[in-house]
Amino acid sequence: MAEICQRGMYKTFPRSGKNTSFTHYCPGCGHGIINKLIAEACEELGLQDRTIFVDPVGCGVFTYYYWDAAHISAAHGRASAVATGACRARPDAVTIAYQGDGDLGAIGFNNAFQAASRGENFGCIFVNNSLYGMTGGQMAPTTLEGETTTTTPFGRDPSLTGHPLHVCEVFAQLKAPVYIARVSVADTKRIMQAKQAIRKVFEIQRDRKGYALLEILAPCPTNFKMNALDAAAFCINEMEREFPLGVFREEGRGMGEEERGKGEEERGKGEEASVLSLRPVPHAASCHDLFLEKDAAPAAVDDPSFPERRFKFAGYGGQGILSLGLCIAEAARLERRHTLWFPSYGPEQRGGSANCSVVVSGTPIGSPAVEHPDVLVCMNQPAYERFAGDVKKGGIVIVDETVPVETRPPEGVRLVRWPAIRMAEEFGVPKAANTMMLAALKKLECTGLSDGSLEKSLVASFKKKPALGEKNRELLRKAEQTEF
Amino acid sequence: MTKFVKSNEAVVMGALYAGCDLYFGYPITPASEIAHGAAKWFPMLGRTFVQAECETASINMMFGAAGAGKLCMTATSGPGFSLMQEGLSYLAGAELPAVVVDVNRAGPGLGNVYPEQSDYTPAVKGGGHGSYQTFTLAPASAQEMFDLTMKAFEMAAKWRTPAVVFADGLQGQMMETVRLPEREMPRPDFSSWAAQGEPATRRNLVKSIYLDAAQQYEFNLSLQEKYSRMAADAMSESYMTADADILFVAFGISSRIARTAAEELRREGVKAGLFRPVTLNPFPRDALAAAAKGRKVITIELDAGQFADDTRLNLARAGLGAEAAGVKMVNRMGGVLVTVEEAVAAAKEVV
Repeated sequence: MAEICQRGMYKTFPRSGKNTSFTHYCPGCGHGIINKLIAEACEELGLQDRTIFVDPVGCGVFTYYYWDAAHISAAHGRASAVATGACRARPDAVTIAYQGDGDLGAIGFNNAFQAASRGENFGCIFVNNSLYGMTGGQMAPTTLEGETTTTTPFGRDPSLTGHPLHVCEVFAQLKAPVYIARVSVADTKRIMQAKQAIRKVFEIQRDRKGYALLEILAPCPTNFKMNALDAAAFCINEMEREFPLGVFREEGRGMGEEERGKGEEERGKGEEASVLSLRPVPHAASCHDLFLEKDAAPAAVDDPSFPERRFKFAGYGGQGILSLGLCIAEAARLERRHTLWFPSYGPEQRGGSANCSVVVSGTPIGSPAVEHPDVLVCMNQPAYERFAGDVKKGGIVIVDETVPVETRPPEGVRLVRWPAIRMAEEFGVPKAANTMMLAALKKLECTGLSDGSLEKSLVASFKKKPALGEKNRELLRKAEQTEF
Repeated sequence: MTKFVKSNEAVVMGALYAGCDLYFGYPITPASEIAHGAAKWFPMLGRTFVQAECETASINMMFGAAGAGKLCMTATSGPGFSLMQEGLSYLAGAELPAVVVDVNRAGPGLGNVYPEQSDYTPAVKGGGHGSYQTFTLAPASAQEMFDLTMKAFEMAAKWRTPAVVFADGLQGQMMETVRLPEREMPRPDFSSWAAQGEPATRRNLVKSIYLDAAQQYEFNLSLQEKYSRMAADAMSESYMTADADILFVAFGISSRIARTAAEELRREGVKAGLFRPVTLNPFPRDALAAAAKGRKVITIELDAGQFADDTRLNLARAGLGAEAAGVKMVNRMGGVLVTVEEAVAAAKEVV
């Protein structure tokens, strides 16, 4: 017997522990023809060394036994997501995803659609045989109206199950794809056209031009319950009526580059330029280059003689509560203390109240939760009411003078009322109320941190606006002159 | 040198120092800062950030990138972590290295964005289908969010397995000082098995399917054998355990509350100590047994007792049946923390 020419395919297919020279496809199945065309195209274009095939779940699952190239076998529906990962990881490879109509049209539709929308650099070969093949002939999104399947035993009723999904037509609404076409393998003429289209998908990937989708209509005699010839005729007569063959996108056509360019020109005339723009990504040579340039500070040192201090800062969002906490944390860091800062977060951070906790210690910090602060700073009434009762004996509560104090803090806790908001307004910088609070903390010597570190940290917190840093230092010193 | 950073950002830095080339992610509170950091820093270093359309996509993109021989990661929280379980099973089944960070929020369902440790079972025991495990690490500080993310990549590559960095909502938001390492980790070479789109890897096949039952059985045996060897890389920390009467056992954020409670108890004359598993899988069973033998064990945890049960199991399997039977638990759920006072009170009760 003459050896059958199997270009781009392995010589034998060792499935299930058996070494065979035939595929697992049923006689008359479209997959077998498509598999051969794909293998040939890959080989003819010399791309076997560069190709990564992403294999689906379904009848196409065993393509890795046939195609002589590297393979990644994906989960059901996820071939386009897997191909996204592969082509991003290996931009020089030719990545080809092979998917069926249940796989791509149903469970994995969004993955395929979004990959197409992003314009991922892979080719997606999508086999449409109008049903789930391997799983047992169930309805797929592509099943024709009136078609009998194992889950539409009385024919597909569009009033219950909707209408056939036109994948190419839907994908053709997207901007990014460079090629979208539908072909068939139902007869010789169509097979020759399909071969050209498959080659094109490989060429697009070889040349890294972008995303390509090729839908291939294929007969499934087993699940159609027909012989091979009738199944092919069904493909031509019934499927093509619903799914017309053709090219939906080709570079420069459809919604390709030309059309998009035209739109921009028209928009540009006599109208204001868009405020949106892409900015170049700053380049960093290494992790050190990225992270070590600025902000570098020496590590904390253990000093058991420094007693741990726990702070809570609370008020409204926008009062600079979080930055006040950060300022204390930064000052502690400058003094090489163990430091922890923790904000309230979640829905609260989007308006309303805000609070943060700071722990400064001479030894490694245990619990990050500040249940009983040594120092509590309150900028509004809810904050005072919520936290004042928790302050540790011997601790201190600093409240803005605008806060009505209806209940005293616990026995042994000092209460200080301080005109932070009023002073900031009088000094003409209402936003600096938090700096005014820092003045109180400094004046009361309740942080355990030096004046120098606190000032340095305050100035550093405005590193993007150095003038504002100096201004705040000045305000801080001015506020300290105020008596309690 | 050091940096004062949010723990979630420390994760990204750790990944970059570990040689992670691709980040695939979908935003979710309280893990989003990891995606924000990755979106900014990965491209600056010429690496790849992709915002996926869902967590299912993220984990499958990772399957593709890992299958193509590159180090990759994602970060998420409970609901997203649930969606990734199928993909984790596939990663384990194809023996692919990849790192998933779970910043645990309160559940079940939508729950809220505050801390819990209730993803314990899927994070530690393998939450997807089939008999697989992940290498699971539980950081307890910003420094460990950095260090253990790096370690996760090292272990994922060493054992060809998905690794999980299991943190919580509080830790993710916390800022602390992080020491950065001297150098970046070298990239591992996966060309012996990965589909890299290069001549040398042309015949490589990445798959998790063995159609033949006997082959699938053999593969499962080899996986289990690998998991038993992973035990050599178990990590733990023992604090003031040498003379302890009471032993707190806790991981992650709970271990820090337990640490403060142990210190408080010592000040009051109660000999308390802390055992902290740093890897939850492999579980440091021998070290736990050494610390717990003859002691009263109290677990501190933010779940319904999944960790206490695992502690009992590990004590029992280490031959400490009496200690296992005596394990007490202090727990909270819903985003509420165990307080130091509650931990202290529980210890005093059993003394």
